[in-house]
Amino acid sequence: MSALGALLVRDMRIAVRVGGGALMGVLFFLVVITMVPFAVGPDLALLKRIGPAILWLAALLASLLALDRLFAADHEDGSLDLLLMSRAPLELVVAVKGLAHWLTTGLPLVVAAPLLGLLLDLDAPAQGALVVTLLVGTPALTFIGLIGAAISVALRRGGLLLAVLVLPLAVPVLIFGVAAANAASAGQAPFGTPFTILCALTLMSLVIGPFAAAAALRQEME
Amino acid sequence: MRLEAANLACQRGGREVFSDISFSVSSGEVLAITGRNGAGKSSLLRTIAGLLRRAGGEIVLQGGDPELTIAEQAHYLGHLDALKLALSVAENLRFWAGFLGAGAPAIEAPLEAVGLDALADLPAAYLSAGQRRRLSIARLLAVQRPIWLLDEPMSTLDAAAQQRLAGFMRAHLAGAGIILAATHGSLGLDAARELRLGEPA
Repeated sequence: MSALGALLVRDMRIAVRVGGGALMGVLFFLVVITMVPFAVGPDLALLKRIGPAILWLAALLASLLALDRLFAADHEDGSLDLLLMSRAPLELVVAVKGLAHWLTTGLPLVVAAPLLGLLLDLDAPAQGALVVTLLVGTPALTFIGLIGAAISVALRRGGLLLAVLVLPLAVPVLIFGVAAANAASAGQAPFGTPFTILCALTLMSLVIGPFAAAAALRQEME
Repeated sequence: MRLEAANLACQRGGREVFSDISFSVSSGEVLAITGRNGAGKSSLLRTIAGLLRRAGGEIVLQGGDPELTIAEQAHYLGHLDALKLALSVAENLRFWAGFLGAGAPAIEAPLEAVGLDALADLPAAYLSAGQRRRLSIARLLAVQRPIWLLDEPMSTLDAAAQQRLAGFMRAHLAGAGIILAATHGSLGLDAARELRLGEPA
C-alpha cells in the first residue's frame, strides 16, 4: 500500500536526519556497555558471565530512548490529526511507525552488539546467540513500547511515564532473551526452549502492540 | 453530494462547547463558521473530521463514497501545519500527497500554485509562518478530496496569498466540492453562507 510505504520512508528519513535515531541509540548502547567494566571491575570471568544480561539490558534502555517522541512529535505538529484521517487502518499506520522506529533504532543495536560483546569478553558462540536473540527480541521491545508511546502522546514530559509503563511489560522478553543468550555461552541449559518462547513473545507483541496503541490514540480524541 | 448535520453537540473537559448545531451544505457551497473565541468553531470542524468524539447528534454525507468515512473524504487544515521541519518542502508535500492519496500524485503543480516551487529543496524549518501555511494548503491541491475543513485558513497569509487561496476555494467549489471554514474575517467568496455559533456557556 503506497500510503504506508510513504509513511515508512518519511519516518526513517526523519530519524536518520534528525540524528535522534540510529546513531544516538548505538552511542547510548556503547556508553552504557563501556560503563559496566568500570562499575564491576576488571574481572573477566565475571564480565563474561553477566555480559549477555548487560547487553540485553542496555539494548532495552537504548530502544526506549527515542520512543516517547514517536507519536508525541506528530501530535505537536498536527501530523497525528491527518494520520487519524487516513484511509489506511490506524493499526497498520501505528505498526508501520513501529517498524520504521525499529529499523532505525533496534536494528543498529543488533548490528553493534557483537562489537560491544568484545568489550565484555564474549566468545564467538555467545556473540552469535546474542545477535540472534536481540534480532528476535528488539522488535518486541519496540512494539510493546508503542503502547506506552501512544498513551503518553499528549504529555509534555512523557518519557519518564513511558519508561515506567513499558519496562514492566518488557520483563518477559528480557527474561527469555537473556536466558537464551546465556544458554549458548554457559552451555548447561538448552538454547531452543527460551528462544522459542522469545519468538512467541515477539509475535504476540507484534499483534497486540499496534492494536493497543491504536486504541490508546483513538482514546486521546477527547 | 450533501453534508448534513443534525443536533450536533460537543463536550470538552466535561463542559459543553456547543449543542444543537444543525446545518446542511451541498456540492458547490461554502459554509462560513463564525463566532467569538471559544464559541467552538475549531471543535465543530474537528468533530466533523472525526478528531473529536460527538456528544450527540448525527453527521451524514449523502452522495459520497459509501466505502469511506467522512474523515477519509475530507481535508483538514488546522492551526498546525503538519510539517516536518527536518524534511524539505518537496519531501513534506510528497509524503502527504502519497499518504493521503493513491499512487504518486504530482507535486510540482501544487507547489507552483502556492508559489513555493523555487523553494522545493529548502528544509521546511527555514520557511516563514505564511510559507508553511501555503505548503500546508498545497496538500489540498495535490490530493483530491471533496470536503475541505478549513480552520482560520486566511491567518498568517499575506494579501496576495489570501487572494490565491480564495481562488483555490472557488475552483474547488466549481468542481462540486464542499467547504466549511471557521473564520473571523472575510473568505473572499461572494456566496458564503454563515453559521454563527452561540456564546460559550
